[in-house]
Amino acid sequence: MSRELLLAVDQVNLTLGRHQVLQDVSLQLKPSEVLTLIGLNGSGKTTLLRVILGLLLPDSGQVRLRPGTRIGYMPQKLPVEETLPLSVARFLTLSQRAPRERLRQVLAETGGAAVLDSPLAALSGGELQRVLLAKALLREPELLVLDEPVQSVDVAGQFELYDLLGRIRQRRGCAILMVSHDLHLVMPTTDWVICMNQHICCAGPPELVSQHPAYRQLFGVDRGRVAVYRHHHDHKHDAHGHIIEPEVRP
Amino acid sequence: MDDFLLRALIGGMGVAVLSGPLGSFIVWRRMAYFGDSLAHSGLMGVALGLLLGLDAGLGVLIVCVVLALVLVLLQRQRQLATDTLLGILSHTTLSLGLVALAFIETVRVDLVSYLFGDILSITTTEVYWIWGGGLLVLALMVWLWRPLLALTVHEDMARVEGVPVFWVRLGFMLLIAVVIALAMKIVGILLITSLLIIPAAAARRFARNPEEMALLASGLGCCAVALGLWGSVQWDTPSGPSVVVAAAALFMLSLAWPGASRPR
Repeated sequence: MSRELLLAVDQVNLTLGRHQVLQDVSLQLKPSEVLTLIGLNGSGKTTLLRVILGLLLPDSGQVRLRPGTRIGYMPQKLPVEETLPLSVARFLTLSQRAPRERLRQVLAETGGAAVLDSPLAALSGGELQRVLLAKALLREPELLVLDEPVQSVDVAGQFELYDLLGRIRQRRGCAILMVSHDLHLVMPTTDWVICMNQHICCAGPPELVSQHPAYRQLFGVDRGRVAVYRHHHDHKHDAHGHIIEPEVRP
Repeated sequence: MDDFLLRALIGGMGVAVLSGPLGSFIVWRRMAYFGDSLAHSGLMGVALGLLLGLDAGLGVLIVCVVLALVLVLLQRQRQLATDTLLGILSHTTLSLGLVALAFIETVRVDLVSYLFGDILSITTTEVYWIWGGGLLVLALMVWLWRPLLALTVHEDMARVEGVPVFWVRLGFMLLIAVVIALAMKIVGILLITSLLIIPAAAARRFARNPEEMALLASGLGCCAVALGLWGSVQWDTPSGPSVVVAAAALFMLSLAWPGASRPR
C-alpha cells in the first residue's frame, strides 16, 4: 500500500445470507480527503463501512488502513436506553478518560457545549448528533467514519451539519468517510463520491457523478421519479431548529 | 436473634449486595430473560451434583457456566432470534433437571427448596461461600465496569474504540452464572432473576449516574432481604417468596415516591 494512502479497500466481496451485499468493491482514501458513499437503501453502504471498521469480515478482498490510524466512528443511531442514567459527560468518557475542560472544548467545536451535563436520554435528535460527533473527535482521529450523520435532523439542520463537517476537516485535516443518501446535500463538502448499488456504479468528484448516466439512472433523475422541490432559503437554523441569522437579500 | 436467622440475614444480604451492580446491567442490557434461562438450568446442576456426588451449588455453577458459553456461541448464528433460543433452552434444561431428579431414586430431593429457596436452613459454610465468592465477583465487576458500560451503550462504537467486546460480554455472563449458583439457596432458581432486577428497577428513579443506581440497588436489595425475612418469621410464610414480595413492595413504593426524578 502506497505511503500516501490512509485507507485502501481492494476487491471486497461479501455475501450475507443469500444476498451478495458487496461485489468487487475497491476504493482509496488519502489523508484529509472527504469521500462520500451514496446509494439507495440496501445498496451496501453501511455494510461497506462496517467492513472498513473491522466489524464485519469480507468473504474475499482486503481492507488496509495505514498502521496506527486513529478512527473516530459516529454510528447511524444511538438507541438510548432509558433505564441507564448517563450524562453527556459520562457518555463522552465511556472508553477514554478526558478532563472536563477538554470535553467542553470538543463539544463547543461541534456546537453542543450547552448539553455537557444533560442526561443523554433528554437530548433532541440534532443535539445527539453533535454529541456523537464530539465523541468521535475526542479521539483526535485521522479518519472520521460517519454513517448517515444527518439522520433525524431536518433539511436546514442537515446543511448546517455538513457545513460543520467541512469546517472540522479544514481545521483538523482529518480524512472523512461518510454515508449519505443525498448527493446534492454533500456536494459542497465532499471531494469524492462513490455511487453504490452492491458494486460501484460510478465514482469521481461530485459534479461529475451527478452528471453520470449510472447515477442518473439509479436515482431516476431523468425519469422524474425524484421531484426536487427547490425554494430560496432566507435564513439558517442551528441544530435545535432555531433561526440563526437572516440572509441579506439583494 | 436466633443463629439461623442471623445466618440467613448475612447470607441474604451478601447476595443482595452482589445483585445491585449485576442486576443493574441486566436491566440496562435487557437480559432479564437470559438470567431466567440460566437460572432454570440450575435444576440440571442440582441433578448433576447429586449424580456425581458433588455439592449442589458446584453442580449449578458448572451447568450455568456451560450454558452461558453455549448461549454466547449460539448467539453468533442468525437462524433463530435470541429470545426463541432462550425460551427453548430455559424450559428444556428445567424439564431435563426435573426428569433427571426423578431417576435418582436413592435420594429424596426437596424440590421446593431448590425452586423457591430455603434461606432459613443456610449453613455457616454457605455464608462463607456467598461472601467469599461474592467479593471475588464484585472485584471482577469493578474491573469490567467501564468496558461493560461502553458496550452496553453501543457495541459497535465500543469495538471501534478498542473494547474487547467478546471477552467482556463473556466475562459478564460467567459472573451472572456464579451469582445464580450463590443465590440459589436464598430465593431458589425460579425467583433469582427477580432479586437481580427488582431492586435495580426500583433504584432507577433515584439515580443520577450508573454507579449510584448500582449502589442504591444493593441497598434496596438488603432492605428487601431484611423485610422478607422478618415477614417470613412473623407470619410463617416461605422465606424466598417473602423476600421477593418485599422487593416488589419497595419497587411499588419507588414508583409512588414523590420528588424523585421522573424517568425520561
